[in-house]
Amino acid sequence: MRSPALSSITRSEKSVFPYVFGLFFALALVDSWRRAGIDLVVFFEAEGRSHLWKFLTGMFPPELSWNFLSMMFRPFLETIQISMMGTLIAVGIGFPLGVLGTRTFMVGGVLNEVDVRGSPSRLALRWSGYSMVRGILSLFRSIPEFVWAFMFVRAVGLGPFPGVLAIGVAYGGMLGKVYSEIFEGVNYRPLEALQSTGANKPQIFFYGWLPQVLPNFVSYTLYRWECAVRASAILGLVGAGGLGQQIEISMRMFNFHEVLTLLIILFLMVAAVDTISAKVRAML
Amino acid sequence: MTSSPETLDRSHIPWPSHEAAGKPSPWGYLLLAFLAIIFVWSYQGSEIRLSQLFSREGGGQIVAYIKRLFPPDLSANVLHETFKGAMETFAISFIGTLLAAVIALSVVFFASRNLIYSGLLYEMEPKQGWSRAMRLLPYLCARAFLNLLRTIPEMVWALIFVFLVGLGPFPGVLALGVHTGGVLGKLFGEVLEDVDPQPIESLQSTGATRLQILFYGILPQVLPQFISYTLYRWEVNIRVAAVLGFVGAGGLGQRIHIAISLFFENQLLTLIIAVYILVTLVDYLSAYLRRRVI
Repeated sequence: MRSPALSSITRSEKSVFPYVFGLFFALALVDSWRRAGIDLVVFFEAEGRSHLWKFLTGMFPPELSWNFLSMMFRPFLETIQISMMGTLIAVGIGFPLGVLGTRTFMVGGVLNEVDVRGSPSRLALRWSGYSMVRGILSLFRSIPEFVWAFMFVRAVGLGPFPGVLAIGVAYGGMLGKVYSEIFEGVNYRPLEALQSTGANKPQIFFYGWLPQVLPNFVSYTLYRWECAVRASAILGLVGAGGLGQQIEISMRMFNFHEVLTLLIILFLMVAAVDTISAKVRAML
Repeated sequence: MTSSPETLDRSHIPWPSHEAAGKPSPWGYLLLAFLAIIFVWSYQGSEIRLSQLFSREGGGQIVAYIKRLFPPDLSANVLHETFKGAMETFAISFIGTLLAAVIALSVVFFASRNLIYSGLLYEMEPKQGWSRAMRLLPYLCARAFLNLLRTIPEMVWALIFVFLVGLGPFPGVLALGVHTGGVLGKLFGEVLEDVDPQPIESLQSTGATRLQILFYGILPQVLPQFISYTLYRWEVNIRVAAVLGFVGAGGLGQRIHIAISLFFENQLLTLIIAVYILVTLVDYLSAYLRRRVI
């Protein structure tokens, strides 16, 4: 057996890949540098320095007056609520689509051998259903949640509701994809055993399939909920409620000490959510 | 060795045992009840109006909006502008990720426990309190620095940098670089902390200095994983770079923001298609490079 180190050496000696890659990398770097308008001296010019100074000194001390904190309590709760409802909707979208987007459930594999064999029309029908579901999932998750949020703000108005919908749709796409991957990775022996006893498809699904994947499901959903908390905290930048809206308002008003307070709240909230989610996952 | 069926290791079969299934624990029900309360509370707090969504009027509005998206605007100047935005987004993600890698690499060696103050490399040192404290200090500072970078979301960094350096793609690059720098620093640190100690030990026994051990014993082990993580974050960053423009940091996001605000729905669809193509391309490119590197 060749060691990985050896094979990598012989490979790099033979191939032109490093040179081609290096060339493209350099070209991309030069072009991107120009397009991105990199301006390194800006921090050393008087104007940039004064902005930086104004921002850093403006942040301290953080605004801790009772008045401000009590005003921020509502958006803080709203952020949590958006993330909870958004994740719930995402599960509601992702679970059924994830099941329908599982190849071994819909098209091939042990379960469908008998159904599909010798019947191209049935196979084609199922295959098209499966592909359509995969397409919808891919559409849902490839449009960023910010774009969803902004579109929903247009459709249903300002407030937390568009944030919930945005997280629900975007995360529904992600959850659906991961759920279907978890579904495909099950142990098929119990399914076969159930089938040989004459269980029908829903029975096989509930007694053979679901118990195997449930811990993985819950753990991944919790992870997505953590992400949803972060997302809902900043979706407010486009008018979808929560802390983000307050951060944007304070930033636009140049109230940097309020920004610092909000960042501290954000930090504590994310840390708390991470801890809770880690605890629950350890219990699984 | 003989093994009876009873002693077979069944732990690899993901299958709940009968004993576990037979005993429903009261904690499970309590947790469910708690979750139900939380969801009801969240439902009320987040002003969900499902009736509005599914009513004739609300549903009709959404359908009308979707209808207005079609057909995508494919006139020459829109395509040109979209292409420019896509290239800008690519540039932001590319330079931003590079900047992040530079930040992470320059901090991470201070932020990994086994390189800076404990473990194999420092076994032979006399355990003096003050010299240990001298090393603990940069470790804690580096950790705190990375945490700070990581916990502030990209969009908030973008808002801050837009204030500091003005509108355009440059604040987007800085925002991505700074936030991702914190993320990569954490990931790199985890890789460094479970590096295989054997090569280090053998290098040490030949009398290599710590710097030599770093370059010949540690870096060759971790570099493929560093590159792989950087590529993975690049995939994340191209998605973020596509929306950074919402707060004024250039790229496709800026054009999407304008298109939504001014009700140019056909242009919006073109831009969304561009985001989709760009994200997919970068995913493939990154997967290909990862296969080549590892």
